[in-house]
Amino acid sequence: MRIYLDYNATSPPAPEVVEIVSRLMATEFGNASSVHAFGQRAKAVLDDARGQIAALIDADPSEIVLTSGGTEADNLAIRGATAALEGTPRRKIVTTGIEHEAVLNTIKALERRGWSATTLTLPETGVLTTDAFRAALDRDTAVVSVMHANNEVGTIQPVAQLASLAREQGALFHTDAVQSVGKIPVSVKQLGVDALSLSGHKFGGPKGTGALWIRRGVRLVSTMTGGRQERNRRAGTENVPLLAGLGVAAQLAAAHLANTARRVSALRDRLEERILATVDGTAVNGDRSARVPNTTNISFDGLEAESLLIALDLEGVAISTGSACSSGSLEPSHVLRAMGLPSSRARNSLRFSLGAATTETEIEFVAGILPGLVTKLRRLSRTAAALR
Amino acid sequence: MRVVVAMSGGVDSSVAASLLAQAGHEVIGLSMQLYDQRESADAFGSCCSLDDLYDARRVASAIGIPHYIVNFEERFQASVVRNFVSEYASGRTPIPCVHCNADLKFATLVERADAFDAAGVATGHYARVVFDEPAGRYRLLRSVDRDKDQTYFLFSLTQAQLSRAMFPVGHLTKHEVRAHARACGLAVAAKPDSHEICFVPDGDAAGFVERHLDSRPREAEVVDTRGRVLGTHRGVHGLTIGQRKGLGLSAGVPLYVLRLDPDAAQVVVGPREELEQVRLTASSVNWIAGVPPDEPRRVTARIRHRHADAPATVTPETGDRAQVQFDTPQVAITPGQAVVFYDADEVIGGGWID
Repeated sequence: MRIYLDYNATSPPAPEVVEIVSRLMATEFGNASSVHAFGQRAKAVLDDARGQIAALIDADPSEIVLTSGGTEADNLAIRGATAALEGTPRRKIVTTGIEHEAVLNTIKALERRGWSATTLTLPETGVLTTDAFRAALDRDTAVVSVMHANNEVGTIQPVAQLASLAREQGALFHTDAVQSVGKIPVSVKQLGVDALSLSGHKFGGPKGTGALWIRRGVRLVSTMTGGRQERNRRAGTENVPLLAGLGVAAQLAAAHLANTARRVSALRDRLEERILATVDGTAVNGDRSARVPNTTNISFDGLEAESLLIALDLEGVAISTGSACSSGSLEPSHVLRAMGLPSSRARNSLRFSLGAATTETEIEFVAGILPGLVTKLRRLSRTAAALR
Repeated sequence: MRVVVAMSGGVDSSVAASLLAQAGHEVIGLSMQLYDQRESADAFGSCCSLDDLYDARRVASAIGIPHYIVNFEERFQASVVRNFVSEYASGRTPIPCVHCNADLKFATLVERADAFDAAGVATGHYARVVFDEPAGRYRLLRSVDRDKDQTYFLFSLTQAQLSRAMFPVGHLTKHEVRAHARACGLAVAAKPDSHEICFVPDGDAAGFVERHLDSRPREAEVVDTRGRVLGTHRGVHGLTIGQRKGLGLSAGVPLYVLRLDPDAAQVVVGPREELEQVRLTASSVNWIAGVPPDEPRRVTARIRHRHADAPATVTPETGDRAQVQFDTPQVAITPGQAVVFYDADEVIGGGWID
């Protein structure tokens, strides 16, 4: 038996998604930019998908730029918006230390090109305080990028409040909503942001698909030069079958979101409570209320997360720590460090992320084997430390 | 049986994993990330680089075994790199590979094996381990391929470690190992062996030591055995006993480094015949049997990896020390290197040269 509890890394595609992607691979090979019938059909497929995505986030289809994924959407938003503001007095970017590397490393790259950046740390709750955010803003701030939900601990930032503060200072507000779209209701209107990134494979869509929603009127310089696809904002022939799959995933998410969230959060809470009750020295990282329904991040005192992760995999249970370096080995979580947790805790924490297909039996199995594994690994790690 | 195998991405450990899987064991591949790969993906050349981790992953996939990369950066820094720097700075010539193989790789592999309920711990070392029933203990033997034998790096293994150890390529020649890799279609079949110290791929140990010391090492005087100053050198840390090149001297006869004295900041040089010595003292001696011999023992002793072991008598002393008396003088006995004692093919023990 294999149990998959790593939905924040990626999620299995829904059967409807697999069906449309494979069908359109065979039937709709046209180039969406072509004038002829093949092109028109492909274009119609893309427009359908655009509409489905827009509906999921309460947006207008004309404001959706289809991309190859969340990372590209983040790059396009941050690089594109800053490039459009080159030559103005606004030279600063404000972000947080818990962002995905797609945001953090993009901003680092801009810093090397003369932009200044303020990277905010967070309290242990993993939720940014409006006071800290307000203090970082000024009239030099060009772009703000604060994620909606965090991939490792699942905490949700008060994006609507933050975006309104940014607007007062005339700064553009981008939010990486890769981990919230499809898990909780997301409305770009209610959030009041200027740009929002999403990724298909995090909610049952295909990998290699994503979108940037960009408010009409916001200037953006395309990061990819080439053809005039996506209203001149993203060059390159669109991947019609995969993007159709993204559209279907968005439609399914919109239809089932409330039910799935209710069911998954009950399972997540059950797993969390079982672990906290049966394993000593455990604690949940980050705020437990302002959180997406499927995620829990738990620290295990006196244990290397790496060993527990491998031991669980050998038992058929797939989880993660959220952070992997280029080689694939694990490193202390930058998210937990940015929340002010000591590096020991950033090393002994594991992320369990559930999804639509997670069952009660699976949760019972995982909760059942964890205490024994943890006890054994702790004993071994104490012995090893004593020998050293 | 469940077996954990350390996979470096080289042909030897790849074939070790393949042989174990073919023998029906449940094999778990582990590769160790020993240093930070983020900043400079190609900074390190020989072992454990991203390319090697890639190779290990491809081999594990071809064999059909699970494979994990474990992060040992901190331990590698603490147990191998720090020791390497401090040894060089104190005028000794360390062999980090022994610390890495025994203190780090073997010890941590056994730990992980316990964590994953694996009875066996395998590596791609050229060595053999056999259980001696009458004596009730394990023996460590040289590999069948005498040219490739790596027991010099394994002298510090304990009976507890040997009881778990498996060296599947120890019974094969290098030629046979490569042939097996080819026959199994492993992509690493023709991969060259690694030689240099993996974290000093440019071979500039002195530069590495300087970059990792808190303060710049003192410049050293180069003197002859009568104390006459012949020149200066960047420090004792960049030199090793028996070295001739790089001293910046021009004398009538070739001069070799005889001794390094970090306290006096002196490099003592002399002609080749003065490099010869018949005695050495070893410390932190490990006896494979678990206990020292009761009386002086005739052995052959090896003082470098590439040294033909020479007949000697080893006398155990208290405090894990031993005296080694060679039958004939040996060239360039070097503090910091290991001395390993053999009885024919069997490793009796070994220690560090004082």
